[in-house]
Amino acid sequence: MGVMRYVAKRLGLYLAVLFIGLTITFLLPRLMPINPVDGYIGQIQSRANGSISAEAIAELRVNLEQLYGLEGDLFTQYLAYLKRVVLNFDFGPSFTYYPQPVSAMILNALPWTLGLLLMSTFIAWVMGNMVGLVAGYFHRKKAASVLEFVGILLYPIPYYILAVTVLLLLAYVFPIFPLSATFPVGQMTPEKFGMIIYNSLLPGITLVLAGFGWNILSMKALAVATTEEPYVTYARLKGASNWMRMTRYVFRNALLPQVTALALSLGMVFNGALLTEMIFSYPGIGLVMRTAATGGDYNVLYGAITLSIIAVATAGLVIDLIYPLLDPRIRHR
Amino acid sequence: MSIDIKDTAMPAVLVSAPARSKARASWLWLVNPRLAAGLAILVVMGLGSFVLPLFAPADPSVQATYMRNLPMSPVHWLGTNALGQDIFWFLVFAVRNSLMLGVLVAAGVTVIATIVGLSAGYIGGRFERIVMLFVDTFITIPLLPILIILGALIRGNTSFLTVGIIIMIFGWAWDARTVRSMALSLREREFINMARFSGANTIQILVREVFPYVMAYTLVGFINTILFAINLEATLAVIGLSKIEVPTLGSIIFWALNYNALFTGQYVWIVAPIVATVVLFLGLFLTSTGFNAAFASKRGVS
Repeated sequence: MGVMRYVAKRLGLYLAVLFIGLTITFLLPRLMPINPVDGYIGQIQSRANGSISAEAIAELRVNLEQLYGLEGDLFTQYLAYLKRVVLNFDFGPSFTYYPQPVSAMILNALPWTLGLLLMSTFIAWVMGNMVGLVAGYFHRKKAASVLEFVGILLYPIPYYILAVTVLLLLAYVFPIFPLSATFPVGQMTPEKFGMIIYNSLLPGITLVLAGFGWNILSMKALAVATTEEPYVTYARLKGASNWMRMTRYVFRNALLPQVTALALSLGMVFNGALLTEMIFSYPGIGLVMRTAATGGDYNVLYGAITLSIIAVATAGLVIDLIYPLLDPRIRHR
Repeated sequence: MSIDIKDTAMPAVLVSAPARSKARASWLWLVNPRLAAGLAILVVMGLGSFVLPLFAPADPSVQATYMRNLPMSPVHWLGTNALGQDIFWFLVFAVRNSLMLGVLVAAGVTVIATIVGLSAGYIGGRFERIVMLFVDTFITIPLLPILIILGALIRGNTSFLTVGIIIMIFGWAWDARTVRSMALSLREREFINMARFSGANTIQILVREVFPYVMAYTLVGFINTILFAINLEATLAVIGLSKIEVPTLGSIIFWALNYNALFTGQYVWIVAPIVATVVLFLGLFLTSTGFNAAFASKRGVS
């Protein structure tokens, strides 16, 4: 019973987040004082040295508004937008790569982002929690504060600094990796696969380092608090070994808030991944967004942001739904 | 943006205004090595970046003021870049602008978060549920894509201030959530009931009883938000979507990357902002966790 209510509540939040997120995506650009259609027409006009006739411009405007989904009043646009996005996952064609549909471009880039993101988040989470656990469990020892220091040093450093530093160190000072990575396209062969892995290592290392510091610090804080719990003292009096207490008593209990924290911080992790892709020219959603942003390809941008919201919200939902499996106490409520 | 330490450990009350003669002694509990180190960094960088620009020989954002790509010398401490700008002065202005933006955004965010969080936690009921739905949505939605769209639409046709306001609009949710959870736990406390029975109305209770409790956290949250704001603006600048003509910690890296400072071997251009950013962020972070630890230990004593 308790679980059902939990799931229902969480699903409700999920739908609400999707709805509000899509609405914001729809409203924001339309509330801005800048009209992309005007900008685009101006661009074409200046390229043609103002030789386009007024009728042609009017026709162009109608066409563009249709492509952008800007026909009718705000409410009609909104309904049409929701219908297109929710039912067909259709964002219209890309402008830069006309007539390639946006959804195809995004779906092409998605596996890249997912692969990089899942791998690095998983590694950072596991490693960070291990180090944080040791640092927290032995927080009275001097050596443990060294571990914490690693976290303090890494955590506040922004993604872009980490990325540039990693690039500087591992591609410039020690030329282990290429300064600009190449990602082969087309049929996958073992050789190409190796190349992709090799070239993904730099962005991967950046993301792992970034997540690592955060996980150390928050796990350390949790582990310190858990170590003070009466049941840990009881375990010690009972004669449980240090290892046993650390893994079975402290770790298992401190892990639960960490899972929730992961779900909450997914949005930020995703932001970091986008940025890292942009800096390393890694062919994921981030790079698609950057190219679209500099080229004024708005359909692609809206598609990418909608997908981002759906992806992050879904991942959060999945983590929260797994949570009752990890925490036996929820079942008994 | 925020760390769990501060969610689990709710900071204690600030000491109520002590007598003048005792002021020195009663503030000693605040000092711990971490806080001292953090504050020292902040004071040096803050003072330096606000005082030094008064002596700047030229506006560092103007291009082609000097010869290009000069090496480090007594005249140009960090050399000049490929745009003919003095790297040292550009960096000083960058730290100042970033700090100013951070403080401005943090002030706005703190006000919004405190109002939203306190009212949600304290009033409760349906109002709280609707507010928290929005807060959770804002936390869940990945911020960067939205900012990228805005950045692409605005594309530099805006003031530096607008960038700050946009960051403010999207940055309040985390803090509001923490303030609210604090208000929730406060709602049940004895002295709140006491005030209520004494005839205080909701506004009076919020301002006089609840707010002093939340003060301590607000300070920590404020510093964390400065960090968050500087980071976000710099992130946008690095990908060229902020006001990149204004020197900030992000725009300096944007120009360095854009002119391929790594390929041409101008490592000072890119290493200098990295070092400055890391030191500044470390200072802010040490200050915020230092305050947090101080408040926590104070709570342990009292």
